[in-house]
Amino acid sequence: MTSRTPVLSFKGVNTHYGAVHILKDVDIDIYAGEMVSLLGGNASGKTTTLKTILGYVKPTSGQVLLDGEDVSDWPTAERVGRGVTMVPENRRLFKRMTVKENLEIGAYLRPGEDLSSDYDRVFELFPRVKERLAQKAGTLSGGEQQMVAMGRALMARPKVLLMDEPSMGLAPVLVAQNFEIIERINKAGTTVFVVEQNANMALSIADRGYVLQTGKIVLDDTAEGLLANPQMRQAYLGEV
Amino acid sequence: MTTTTSPSKTSRRFRFNWVDSFLWFIRVSALIAIVIGIVGSVQLFLEGEGPTAEQWRDLVISGLSTGFMYGLIALGYSMVYGVLGFINFAHGEVFMSGLMVSLIAATLMFENGFWDANPTLALLIVLSISMLVSTLVAVLAERIAYRPLRGAPRLIPLITSIGVSFFLQYAFAGIFGVATRSYPPAPGNLGNDVEFLGIAIEGTKLLVVGVALISMVGLWWFVAKTKTGRAMRAVAEDKEIAGLMGINVDRTIVTTFAVGGAMAGVAGLLWALLFRAVDFLTGFLPGIKAFTAAVLGGIGNLPGAMLGGVLLGLFENVGPLLVLNGLGIPAVSQLKDAVAFAALVLVLVFRPTGLLGERLGSEDRA
Repeated sequence: MTSRTPVLSFKGVNTHYGAVHILKDVDIDIYAGEMVSLLGGNASGKTTTLKTILGYVKPTSGQVLLDGEDVSDWPTAERVGRGVTMVPENRRLFKRMTVKENLEIGAYLRPGEDLSSDYDRVFELFPRVKERLAQKAGTLSGGEQQMVAMGRALMARPKVLLMDEPSMGLAPVLVAQNFEIIERINKAGTTVFVVEQNANMALSIADRGYVLQTGKIVLDDTAEGLLANPQMRQAYLGEV
Repeated sequence: MTTTTSPSKTSRRFRFNWVDSFLWFIRVSALIAIVIGIVGSVQLFLEGEGPTAEQWRDLVISGLSTGFMYGLIALGYSMVYGVLGFINFAHGEVFMSGLMVSLIAATLMFENGFWDANPTLALLIVLSISMLVSTLVAVLAERIAYRPLRGAPRLIPLITSIGVSFFLQYAFAGIFGVATRSYPPAPGNLGNDVEFLGIAIEGTKLLVVGVALISMVGLWWFVAKTKTGRAMRAVAEDKEIAGLMGINVDRTIVTTFAVGGAMAGVAGLLWALLFRAVDFLTGFLPGIKAFTAAVLGGIGNLPGAMLGGVLLGLFENVGPLLVLNGLGIPAVSQLKDAVAFAALVLVLVFRPTGLLGERLGSEDRA
């Protein structure tokens, strides 16, 4: 929290898909240990933001910085190697592989390291995953798959954990459980960046939030500030 | 909307029924023909006509050894299909490349007597050269011809692979000439019969099956147990997420081609032992047969590719005499290839996804 160099930041990032201007002069700063939410509706550029962090989309101008270092031209694998890991939308497990193999793939960039403490941490957060280790990931229920997806990301020992729509496709009970776990992961020291449509849920656990609208950051405040903001309440929190 | 959808729905149902009953007609008549053929052959056998028991045994052994060789080539088709979703039609030429180049070494060793003096070492040298060249050709084809087309519609790399196939054929015709050349006979006493489980089997055929089995086990271990194998399966399932986990997708795809090429290189040695004759078109028919084997077993499925290969080898060796001879068709041995492909059609009529194939997800198969 004390270091003033953001672990992850965007400086005036613009991206294009062909002629379509997606992100417009986006500035984001995320500091170590924080939990930050990126809110916005469909087609607001949320997914593009994540893809730009990971290098699937290259900015047409502006910079992406990790720990103050410009990584705009780095390939995905190297950025992941620097500690950025994503839990993708809809979990996207390797369904034909076992739960154990999914976790092993999560630690792909840590060859030769002792993973037993990482397994213990995953099993402590998700006791259910331990029971399912030998099962094919595709045979698990949606909630269990979400646990494996988060476990898989934690196996990389990420500095920054990106969560893409963690509430998508899950029953409300599971969504609440999910956010509780995200909070626990964050409390244990991992910086978390949650991209969500479910603004209420995301802001209930976040420190700060950004609101993205058609590619522009329109609001940038603490979670309390955003929850109290009348414009925000009307547009995203479902209040009239 | 409802008025337009309902007639199309009924017409689809009608067409579905028609196709379905046609398929059943094919299935039933094929089964009847096969049963009549087999009964006829058994009758011939009991009357003391047709092939003798020894001839049947030899056919089964030939079928198995050829089948294992097809299976090894089929692995390359299946692996590449699993990872990239297209059929690399140049894979037969990958097999031929190793075979052609290692022929030089084999001839050289034969001429100075090394071939028969050190059979094991000589075969290992042929094997290494064949594997090395096939691997290299497969990797170069990926790098030069297929990688720039990554993300293009699926038909485009497919057509390109046919181009690569012709290119390799005629490049080898240009370098080595168009004449059929021949590998030296099996070295040492390998060509003699060996007693195995109480049956006399030609040593080369036993070696072929042994080498194929060892390669299969090795490949299984590689894909199931190693980190690279795991990465390969991850890339086959979801390239984007595999990349997100830090897997180098391009390198994994190259590895897939390399391993498939190496297996084709092993098959090259087996061909040299079984058939000996080689020319620039040698890769074509085994390539197509191995592709057939891969589809037969369920494309993308590695045990399926091996199973498909072995079955195809058996069908084409035993099938003509077993089924066609009993139906009274003359000159059945000429119909070997026809039987092999008829077997493919029949298996697909009964099991469209191949023997071990999984039901293909509608969204990831074009």
